[in-house]
Amino acid sequence: MAINLVQGALFTVMVVRASMLRDPSFEHELARQIDRSPRFFRNAPVVLDVRGVGGFETADEFARARDILRHYTLVLVGVQNAAPAQVEAAAAVGLASFAPTAAQPARAPAETAEPPPPAARSRLVTAPVRSGTQVYARGTDLVVTAAVSPGAELVADGNIHVYGALRGRALAGANGDTGARIFCSRLDAELVSIAGQYLVSDQLPSEHRGHSVEIALVDDRLTLTRI
Amino acid sequence: MARVIVVTSGKGGVGKTTTSAAFAAGLALRGHKTVVIDFDVGLRNLDLVMGCERRVVFDFINVINGDANLNQALIKDKRNDNLFIFPTSQTRDKDALKRDGVERVLDELKKTFDYIICDSPAGIEHGAITALYFADSAIIVTNPEVSSVRDSDRIIGILSSRSRRAERNEPPVDIHLLLTRYDLDRVTRGEMLSVDDVKEILSIPLLGVIPESESVLRASNTGTPVVFDPDSPAGRAYVDAVARFLGEQREMRFVKPEKRGFFRVLFGRA
Repeated sequence: MAINLVQGALFTVMVVRASMLRDPSFEHELARQIDRSPRFFRNAPVVLDVRGVGGFETADEFARARDILRHYTLVLVGVQNAAPAQVEAAAAVGLASFAPTAAQPARAPAETAEPPPPAARSRLVTAPVRSGTQVYARGTDLVVTAAVSPGAELVADGNIHVYGALRGRALAGANGDTGARIFCSRLDAELVSIAGQYLVSDQLPSEHRGHSVEIALVDDRLTLTRI
Repeated sequence: MARVIVVTSGKGGVGKTTTSAAFAAGLALRGHKTVVIDFDVGLRNLDLVMGCERRVVFDFINVINGDANLNQALIKDKRNDNLFIFPTSQTRDKDALKRDGVERVLDELKKTFDYIICDSPAGIEHGAITALYFADSAIIVTNPEVSSVRDSDRIIGILSSRSRRAERNEPPVDIHLLLTRYDLDRVTRGEMLSVDDVKEILSIPLLGVIPESESVLRASNTGTPVVFDPDSPAGRAYVDAVARFLGEQREMRFVKPEKRGFFRVLFGRA
């Protein structure tokens, strides 16, 4: 019987923007944030988002970033939105390459032999998502046109749309995309999360319960808007 | 072509065995050769509810292991020639259910029976999975109560993904909702989920609503499937459910307040 030795798994990983690393006040701000909840950040895995930043082309720079973060008890495990050359440099110091964020900037590759791969089509689920079921839309959006039962879990790297009652959990921007959003016709969720920031049922504003809602991350906080 | 029907729920104690017995008897009364099999190895109850516990010689596990053949284990019901019971072992446990053995037994039963009813144990582990694996149809027994509804939802999800039909990409298992222990008074008072509440959450077609009835306990205690009791509202509701399963239209009784006759009011609820 064939066994897959490397299995799929889902982790919530924090992202540090490389542009912030260059900011002189970065270390001070980081120390403050960590100070608020040191246990949460101890040995926490972090991904470096190199989007829109010049440099970071040598293994040394990545090593230095890793050391700075380690000084604050964070563990740099990979890079995101890296160009091929950066991926190589990062790999040289043992960093992984994470899936790019949904909104790709115009980082025009110098020359590419082949056209970029087409954006993955949204994952569409039309049958009710039953209790105990987990659906993961890798690298794309998830659209559900039926009810999601309590005890069911929807995860997407992109947005999540539920054209039905959302009674289970919805985790959008699972790969760290803070721009991901959750849309549902009827909010009754057990838990909603975008890029790791979450609210449980009790914390959802009661005026939105049972209504059509859009959930987005605004200034690092989950905000709900009636739609 | 024989049809395998699993009676399952996820939650325990909601009325699977009562339903399996009633449904099997109901189908037999309609002239179909029916066998009802107990999959609750180690905690067998079907033989009690069917009233044949004193005639059990060989059981399902014996036949799976080749220690006996089907004819030695099947028990013919004394009330109806079309009805047969296949009890299970009380001394073993669910690990004794080998999937290939179960398949062999079901294939053999399909040669002579019209309907094969699998009375599933509670839970979502090996016993329950084996009971639902070979099903063509499923009856999800649910009480109008939040934990039962949650567990039914779970088992429906499992049926949709782990039955043989799902694994082989064949037409899906035909899933029906059976609401049991329905108490109209409590629903009216708002203490109990209504039919519509449950239908909305589970989104599967409703096969029937069985009212809460004292006759069910009497039926278990006397080993008589409740459809054989002419005075039982639950029995009548099961007869309706069987008719609907066979494709007939029947109005849903016991879900609206019935006009009470003078004697009913005098002597209280049946």
